[in-house]
Amino acid sequence: MQEGKNSAALDSAWSGGASPFAMSSKKLGMWLFIVSDSLTFSALLIAYCYSRITNPGWPRPFPMNPAIIFSAGMTVVLLTSSLTMVMAVTASQRNDRKATVLWMIATMACGLAFLGLHAVEWFRLIAEGATFSSNPWGTPLFGAVFFGITGIHMAHVLIGVVYLGIVATGYGRGKFSSEDVEVNGLFWHFVDLVWMFVFPLIYLMSVKY
Amino acid sequence: MPTQAHAEATRAGAGLRSNLAIWIVLIAITGFQVFLASLRLPPMLLLLILAGLAVVQAGISMSYFMHLRYEKFSLVLWVIPAILIFTAIMLILFLPDAFRLLQMHSH
Repeated sequence: MQEGKNSAALDSAWSGGASPFAMSSKKLGMWLFIVSDSLTFSALLIAYCYSRITNPGWPRPFPMNPAIIFSAGMTVVLLTSSLTMVMAVTASQRNDRKATVLWMIATMACGLAFLGLHAVEWFRLIAEGATFSSNPWGTPLFGAVFFGITGIHMAHVLIGVVYLGIVATGYGRGKFSSEDVEVNGLFWHFVDLVWMFVFPLIYLMSVKY
Repeated sequence: MPTQAHAEATRAGAGLRSNLAIWIVLIAITGFQVFLASLRLPPMLLLLILAGLAVVQAGISMSYFMHLRYEKFSLVLWVIPAILIFTAIMLILFLPDAFRLLQMHSH
């Protein structure tokens, strides 16, 4: 592809080498998506900050026990899923298909556990009277912000679980390569990374003392 | 596409022990965040500390789990500043107005 070019020109970090950032289009595409989606979540969280600053009566509906402990448990589950995902990527680099698929199944299990726990959290708040447009504690915006941001994150987790299933199945059958597993891993770690901001900003800043 | 970065990432991240260590650090930071939230700190101070710790967690995750530290440095120079600069622009554009509205409420 670039054989006719001066090889010295390919060695510079800014030359692009044989491809931009010396990575495949799949991986570059995923990084592009991650940057774009990061800004989407940044905008949502900044909108939340704006809403909270302008509404002094913002509810604090999460007591340390059980709400914060429960959501901290959810965070541990999601962090564990990142660990299992990086183990899957490492196994795929060793061409160990069985281990890769098993680690990916473990990641899916953690993702589904996170979704289940989050649903329990949602139902608890709904049972206490919180909806998208109202709540019994204070500013009505709380419901829209909480269910909106966490709902969009849950959608990403669900899509990530489906994506994991497709790649795990394909990789196990020899249809996908280790690079596909790595690109899948990038998306999954991004989903976890977003939660690292959602959890402290939405839960820990709304502790009920 | 196998690259030297990938080979380094495989060698460096190959062990369960090293990845487990990163996981433990991330869990510990989360635990510290929960502890800080229980202390009834002033809201702005709590926000700054929690946001700072979240950025540290994000950096660790991107570096070690997403293998960003093993990629070409030009990728790092593109990804990180892009996110930081546009987030900063949104903060600068909108947050001062939020405080203005808060002051209007209080009058």
